[in-house]
Amino acid sequence: MKSDTIVIKVENLTKRYGDILAVDHISFEVKEGEVFGFLGPNGAGKTSTIRMLTGLSKSTEGDASILGMSVKTKIAEIKKRIGVVPDISNLYDELSAMDNLIFMAQLYGVPRGERRKRAEELLKIFRLYERKDSPFRTFSRGMKRALTIAAALIHNPEILFLDEPTSGLDVVAAKSLRNLISNLRQQGITIFLTTHYLEEADLLCDRVAILVKGKILTIDTPLNLKTKTDKKTLEDAFIEITGLEPEVLAIEKGK
Amino acid sequence: MWRDNLRGIFYIALKDMKTYYFKAPAISWGIVFPITWILAFYLRNPGDFKELVPGLIAMTILFSTTAAEAVVINFELRVGTLERLLLAPISIPAVLLGKVLGGTIFGFAMTTIVTSGSTIVLGLRPNFLYLILIILPSLFVFASLGALLCVTVKEVFDAQTLLNLPRFLMIFLSGVIYPVSKMPSVLQYFAYILPLTYTVDGLRKSFLTSPDRIVFLYTLILIFFLFLFIFPAIKLLSKKFE
Repeated sequence: MKSDTIVIKVENLTKRYGDILAVDHISFEVKEGEVFGFLGPNGAGKTSTIRMLTGLSKSTEGDASILGMSVKTKIAEIKKRIGVVPDISNLYDELSAMDNLIFMAQLYGVPRGERRKRAEELLKIFRLYERKDSPFRTFSRGMKRALTIAAALIHNPEILFLDEPTSGLDVVAAKSLRNLISNLRQQGITIFLTTHYLEEADLLCDRVAILVKGKILTIDTPLNLKTKTDKKTLEDAFIEITGLEPEVLAIEKGK
Repeated sequence: MWRDNLRGIFYIALKDMKTYYFKAPAISWGIVFPITWILAFYLRNPGDFKELVPGLIAMTILFSTTAAEAVVINFELRVGTLERLLLAPISIPAVLLGKVLGGTIFGFAMTTIVTSGSTIVLGLRPNFLYLILIILPSLFVFASLGALLCVTVKEVFDAQTLLNLPRFLMIFLSGVIYPVSKMPSVLQYFAYILPLTYTVDGLRKSFLTSPDRIVFLYTLILIFFLFLFIFPAIKLLSKKFE
């Protein structure tokens, strides 16, 4: 499904919050149909980067283009063609699963006649159809996460941004969600994924960028990173590249 | 882009009606509270209840539009749903206007009930054009005031507390219960910098047998207050996403 077309191009992107440099002049490219992992410990600048790429915050320096359009000047057009799953499941507690999806379809301008059909289709794919009339607040964490991803897909986006999709989920829910992400990849959707679960990145990503303190240390395939560092797992390769103590990583995985 | 924004404004307002308004707390603040207040004043000083009708309508406008408006933006900022709205192809001003429209529509429903109920029961014959010219801009003004105070503070409950200051100040100084013309002159000057004064006086003039054309001027003044509240509210909300 991958092609050589560049769909995300980031050049010298920088974000400062006062004196704190959250993202430090990063540059990278993502190809169409690729699953691109953005790996790093907490506070590395992963979420700040996603926020700049999806129009939730402005960059201090640099620029990024998505589907050939600058995020600085064409963000409204970009938003119509991307889906975003933030690090929290932020749909409306009071609304049912179906109403949440229909509301998102309304905001994205999905034609009136297609809204319910599309919502039903997604609820079936994400195995939530039986609970379509239940309020979002009654869902388990895993179900909330799944519905948040479904909401991000309501308008058939070409690129999906997933910020820590399995964070806080139990093993079963996380596995089920990874399967869903794999299916999306097979459908040809470009996926930009941030995570600090390295085995997840190893399973899902075609290429990964390792980010520490706002800087990209390296970009490569998980296999190449393991080969270069002569390590068996991406986690060991990550520790070797970043110089982070394994204990730090363990603490962060527990968060 | 403007079509996306208009669609966003409409559906956000509609969604807010479903999730926040037409629920017990909003209805209680929006309609029960003003009626109880007016009845309390009437019982303390029984006279012609017709005199209190403009004040009752004005209080309904004030309390119904600000009932949920003052908390929904901060609440949604806190739980992350406002961010979810901004991920859609909608601008920050459109999101805020959607919130204001939700408060305005709810206020319109509550005000229509109170106005039609009191006019029918008391046999009043208002000038409907004048009523609309005062009620409509007033609804937008106070929904915008709620939105402005909401984005000024960080915490949900701070907004309600902060909003109570102008709310109660206006009840006492805008002629809701006691006519502005009978107040000490210093307070009269103060009353005319409060938007509710124009709402109450405009409503009074709408109920007179020979309505006063100054109502048109009041409409313009209320539109001025709307801009005075809405633009800083948009700016402050935008700042939260820089």
